[in-house]
Amino acid sequence: MNGAGSVKQAVGIVRCAAIALFALLAAACDRAVVLNPKGPIADAERGLLFDAFGVMMIVVVPVIVMTFIFAWRYRAGRNARYEPKWDSSFTVDTVVWAIPAVIVIAVAVLVWRSTHKLDPYRPIAANGPPVHIEVVAQDWKWLFIYPKQGVAAVNQMAIPAGRPVSLRITSDTVMNSFYVPALAGQIYAMAGMQTRLQLLADAPGKFVGRNTQYSGGGFSDQFFEVVATTPNDFEAWIARARQSTARLDRPTYARLAEKSRLNPVVYYSAVEPRLFEVIIEKYAGPHAHGAAAPARR
Amino acid sequence: MFGRLTIEALPLYSAIAAGGAAVTVGGALLVAIVITWLKGWKYLWTEWLTSVDHKRIGIMYIVLALIMLLRGFVDAIMMRAQQAVALNSGGYLPPEHFDQIFSSHGTIMIFFMAMPFMTGLLNIAVPLQIGTRDVAFPFLNSLSLWLSAAGAGLVMVSLVIGKFSTAGWTGYPPYSGIAYSPGVGVDYWIWALLISGVGSTLSGINFLVTILKRRAPGMTLMRMPPFTWTAFCASLLMAFAFPALTVACLLLALDRLLGMHFFTNELGGNMMNYVNLFWIWGHPEVYILILPAFGVFSEVVATFCRKRLFGYESLVYATMAIGILSFTVWLHHFFTMGSSANVNAFFGVTTMIIAVPTGVKVFNWLLTMYRGRITFHPSMLWTVGFIVTFVIGGMTGVLLAMPPVDFLLHNTTFLVAHFHNMIIPGVLFGYLAGYMYWFPKAFGFKMNESWGKAAFWFWIVGFYLAFMPLYVLGLMGMPRRMEQYNDPSWQPWLVAASMGAVLILIGIACLVMQLVASIRDRKQAADLTGDPYDGATLEWATASPPPPYNFALLPEVRDREPLRDMKERGVSGAPAGTYQDIEIPMNSPVGVILGGLAFVLGFAVVWYIWWLAIVCGLAMWAVLIWRASDDHTDIILTAAEVEHMERARYRALEAARTAGRA
Repeated sequence: MNGAGSVKQAVGIVRCAAIALFALLAAACDRAVVLNPKGPIADAERGLLFDAFGVMMIVVVPVIVMTFIFAWRYRAGRNARYEPKWDSSFTVDTVVWAIPAVIVIAVAVLVWRSTHKLDPYRPIAANGPPVHIEVVAQDWKWLFIYPKQGVAAVNQMAIPAGRPVSLRITSDTVMNSFYVPALAGQIYAMAGMQTRLQLLADAPGKFVGRNTQYSGGGFSDQFFEVVATTPNDFEAWIARARQSTARLDRPTYARLAEKSRLNPVVYYSAVEPRLFEVIIEKYAGPHAHGAAAPARR
Repeated sequence: MFGRLTIEALPLYSAIAAGGAAVTVGGALLVAIVITWLKGWKYLWTEWLTSVDHKRIGIMYIVLALIMLLRGFVDAIMMRAQQAVALNSGGYLPPEHFDQIFSSHGTIMIFFMAMPFMTGLLNIAVPLQIGTRDVAFPFLNSLSLWLSAAGAGLVMVSLVIGKFSTAGWTGYPPYSGIAYSPGVGVDYWIWALLISGVGSTLSGINFLVTILKRRAPGMTLMRMPPFTWTAFCASLLMAFAFPALTVACLLLALDRLLGMHFFTNELGGNMMNYVNLFWIWGHPEVYILILPAFGVFSEVVATFCRKRLFGYESLVYATMAIGILSFTVWLHHFFTMGSSANVNAFFGVTTMIIAVPTGVKVFNWLLTMYRGRITFHPSMLWTVGFIVTFVIGGMTGVLLAMPPVDFLLHNTTFLVAHFHNMIIPGVLFGYLAGYMYWFPKAFGFKMNESWGKAAFWFWIVGFYLAFMPLYVLGLMGMPRRMEQYNDPSWQPWLVAASMGAVLILIGIACLVMQLVASIRDRKQAADLTGDPYDGATLEWATASPPPPYNFALLPEVRDREPLRDMKERGVSGAPAGTYQDIEIPMNSPVGVILGGLAFVLGFAVVWYIWWLAIVCGLAMWAVLIWRASDDHTDIILTAAEVEHMERARYRALEAARTAGRA
């Protein structure tokens, strides 16, 4: 019990040191979005980054210090103790294998637990049912379909703050990667398949989202805006979309899917039923079952 | 007649592209003119290009690597300059040019700088270290070299005729498929990799057999020098990993040329299969490159600490453990592709496990320094710089090995910073240390140390300035491969990174100056002993440069440090015993001819000049059959000739000793 307590204490100290170090960096650039998460998923991922960073310092700092000390102390001409034949020691060997092994075991446990906890397919346990959004990557823009509300938007994704958001993601072009670093890590978007991602914004705000997987000439321009709003504003956003004169039927979609850069935000008041599935089936073929072929269920 | 090759293929679409082409053509012409002026073509052909001597092949590999290092670095500094200025503007490079540059930078640095550099060091050092007269298959060795050169040639030609790939060095489909990349760029990339990849597979097999079958009497496996151990492990990985790359590239070529659907979006194609195949080669490749560098560090640290290497057995086991584990981690390159948590966690854990043997190696180098007597030859500086820098890269690697952290930082400049933080100190510093360490062995004179040290300091400071900002930018959410951006808070960091690239440029200039100064001062720096550092392993037991047969009498190995053991027993001087006839392989033009044909074959396929491709393929087949039925591939150096050469060496050595005393 005592052992577990002191391990916990040590982890706590290490964690504090890590946070202090990162805080320095964060203060230097509070624009570092990865260090300033705005939702629980990104926050947990950052926490893991800090923990692992702290644990790694147990090895990194001594190695760097030892390198400098040894290089200085044992330089030729200084006549420090010299043992040219000392080339093995069972004790030293054991320690040298054991230290990295123990650290790796500790970090491996952390990996196993956190990977399951932060699986992007795992729904967020929070109040209220999730908002479902279908995301389509195109050259070079993002389409967001709100199946339940029957509206869609290009290059802008509105979400109600405080409510979990469940995304289904595909691509109508080459491989893309959907990334809103303030809220959650990324996941690939691939044609003929769907991937999933869960995120949640703690408070209203605006965040940048991007494609991070190189996709051709317009890649640098392929960013979008995530607007986290109060529940009322979210309803207002939906209502505004519903007033749009544009409707996302198949011909409109085909025109939208053509290559274009720096598209302005466009709202669609109606969306062709099953459009997301149709986009997947276009590649996966009619043999795809139900909600099309997922990268995994 | 010329397939899709038309006058349009000339890079006149932008002044910068035309300039790059002009520099390439001009450089090649200049070299040709100088060789002609020196009347050097015959010498070059008979003594070098057709040589099957592992030492000369090694030197040619490294010449290729250094040329490609310059080309790859020009790409790098152009990218840094573009990103330093491209805030809310197109900078000076249009996207379709910037994209070619990041693709060729990665392709060149991995396949045509690091691979030839590594193979070159293996060629120069391994046969000497294990006390043999040549590699197991000398002709195959020459063929490997020329296949690598053919691949490099294709990448260089793409600068002048047509365009290079814009799909990055990993060439992920479907972007690299014909639907999204219809031009010749991806084809250049595929055929450069296919041709040089065959060369690498053959090299791997060659060194595997050499190390297993050609060791001097008494050299058991556990007496092999550490560099040879790492070369053995890297060869094993080459032989087993490269076929995966070859298959991935071939399938992609089938998609592109014959309309198949292995990796396309539709008709049952699946890009995830490519990504898996690519990294099943790609991760072992990291260790193919890094293990020999670890071997160099082990040699260098023992030599310049004047101490036996600490924990030899640990190092050997760590090397082999890394070799095996390197095949179990490939999925960490795509945690973000939607695998289940069990799969991601499994590969995260295997990745961490690799940190254990790597950590052991770092401790062993440190413990070799402990109670040593360290002289700071440039090779030792690269080693110390490596240890300090590499542990930082290893730390960020462990961070990225955690799937949830990788979700946040994958595809950002944090990732770019991480792998440069492994590959620059871990691979390039190691190769440069090896290059400066074995240079006297290859040429018979020592390198200029001042320029070497200056190169080190510019490189290491430049490295930190160029890549630490990329870590910060990654934490700011900046994706890699951006041609322009609109976030002003990124720019200061990108400007700092470009300053780092300038420092590295000065470091490269110092490397060039070092070579020039060393050649200029070769008389004063001559080393007749063949053992400039009071070495412990067998490569220092013969002349520098070694005679064609390496060792007149094969050495007898009794210890892990055979030369030091001989010195202690007083038997390291002129060999006792009678000389015998030695069979050595005859030079052959077949390697360079096959390489040339492979180059033309690749070029023809890239441009759909089918008749030429068929002619080249048939010609290669015919040349191979002819070579295979040629029974006269060796010549005999008689005992008298050997004795004559050895006597001349000992006379020169004696004369130098007398002169030194007087």
